[in-house]
Amino acid sequence: MIANSAAHFSATRQTPAAPTLIGGVARFARREFRDAIASKWFALYTFAFTVLAVGVSYLSLSGIGSHGFAGFGRTAAGLLNLVMLVVPLMALTAGAGSVAGERERGTLLYLLAQPVSRTQVLLGKHLGLAAAIICSLCVGFGISGGVLAWRTGGVGVGAYTMLVGFTVLLALAMLSIGVLISVCSRRTAVAMGIALFTWLAFVFISDLGLMASSILFKLRVQEIFGLAIINPLQSFKMAVIVNMNASLDVLGPVGAYASRTLGGALPWMLVSSLIAWTALPLGLAVLLFSRRGSV
Amino acid sequence: MIHAKGITKRFGRVQAVSDVSFELDAGASIALWGSNGAGKTTLIRCLLGVIRFKGNASVGGVDVRRRGRHARALVGYVPQELAFHDDARLGSAIVFFARLRRISRARAAESLAEVGLIGHERKRVRDLSGGMKQRLALAVALLSDPPLIILDEPTSNLDAAGRGEVVETLQRLRRAGKTLLFASHRPDEIISLADRVLVMERGRVVQDTTPVELWPTEKPVQVIRLYLTMACEADAADVLREAGHAVHLNGRGLCVAVPRDRKAEPIAALARKQIEVRDIEVLDDVQIQESSQ
Repeated sequence: MIANSAAHFSATRQTPAAPTLIGGVARFARREFRDAIASKWFALYTFAFTVLAVGVSYLSLSGIGSHGFAGFGRTAAGLLNLVMLVVPLMALTAGAGSVAGERERGTLLYLLAQPVSRTQVLLGKHLGLAAAIICSLCVGFGISGGVLAWRTGGVGVGAYTMLVGFTVLLALAMLSIGVLISVCSRRTAVAMGIALFTWLAFVFISDLGLMASSILFKLRVQEIFGLAIINPLQSFKMAVIVNMNASLDVLGPVGAYASRTLGGALPWMLVSSLIAWTALPLGLAVLLFSRRGSV
Repeated sequence: MIHAKGITKRFGRVQAVSDVSFELDAGASIALWGSNGAGKTTLIRCLLGVIRFKGNASVGGVDVRRRGRHARALVGYVPQELAFHDDARLGSAIVFFARLRRISRARAAESLAEVGLIGHERKRVRDLSGGMKQRLALAVALLSDPPLIILDEPTSNLDAAGRGEVVETLQRLRRAGKTLLFASHRPDEIISLADRVLVMERGRVVQDTTPVELWPTEKPVQVIRLYLTMACEADAADVLREAGHAVHLNGRGLCVAVPRDRKAEPIAALARKQIEVRDIEVLDDVQIQESSQ
């Protein structure tokens, strides 16, 4: 059954090579992307997000007692809350399953036994998952945008496009946090549990905590603003609202304070917050994964 | 090819590998022999540089701790059982590993052909038998023609035919000048493949010997398990080693490899030291191949 391999090996002796840093990352990214796209979870998330996005587009006029497809600007505002619920959940769980899943299946050891570094494995997985999530979001936003363009024309498409951009940033930040959770967890179930709790904390608990803290500790408005933008979801929300040329006054005194004191620097500050939420957890994940004593 | 000095690995309170040192020349072959939990797998993982450890290890002159990626490029690793995504197809799996090692698709196909897996590329990994998975792992390990092959109990999940194929391939690789380091529970494999045997127990190398010294017989060997009281297992192991038997503790008794017609010898040796054997179980009937003698 097994052919005469010895003859071949002695005849074609060459110095085995390890892949370059970028090459290794790219190979893992491609594999991760392909696996993610083929997974049922991604199909389900993409389908659900698309249906909800089109549904929100249709229902955007309900607030003024009407129905039918609203323009891009109003739809972007309507989609804001949907994005804040669905996208963090999608990215956190995808990230949480990445390393812990490989570890639990026993495949991580085999990958690490190849001529690659831990950094290459982790960055490759992050990049591949990021590409898959962006594809999923593009499908949802694309179909919703296509329907809107067909029914209402192209007015306000800029705000909608910026919403897509900010959503990608939010997804990357949440993915990094998910990957960090995954690196720290031995089991997929534990990683998923922590990811769900983190999602709950970002979406609901932090708002409630901020409200309670502001009352209990009589926080000043600038302190409340500082605490608010620590939450990437709040940064995302404010960035989208500012981008729609709306006044942050809709967010109350804190929003009014931010508009007055930061002015044109505010959007950059919010985007920087989202970028920091992408880079710092990912950097920490790489550090912890590289220094881990076991597989 | 391998230079290991003072390799020590601890998992919390458990000392998995303790101060292991050895050298392995290019073209030579060394077997790790010991019970489950003796530290064989952990030692292999240290040598691969996939876990952090104290001490020094180099492969082909490349420091495993500092330049693990480059050291692993010199190693083909075969695990106990191939762990790869179950949904992946065999063809795409080997191409993935080929790209990691900067090997062409054509060479990947050759590698599959060499282990008799050509024509199975469309099969998913989950649909492969244990033997096919192991052959795939061997194909991956040999993709870049590495000078060193490290195998962690490569035949433990295979039937007799599968074992024979793997051992035959490894014998060919030895003849081609490859360096082998492998863990095994089977005396026949060790006798037919290894120049030296490191006997491991509780993370330590307790004996650095040769297969002939461990099993000084041309007759078939059987592995028997002796059940003793826990308190005297370590003493019993020492007694049996002094009597020239290959022994290892595996947490459920004491395993001893003996010639088939001398199974009572270990019991007699223990009786002379007033160590009582409660029960005996014959585990393996190992036919040592003629080619290995």
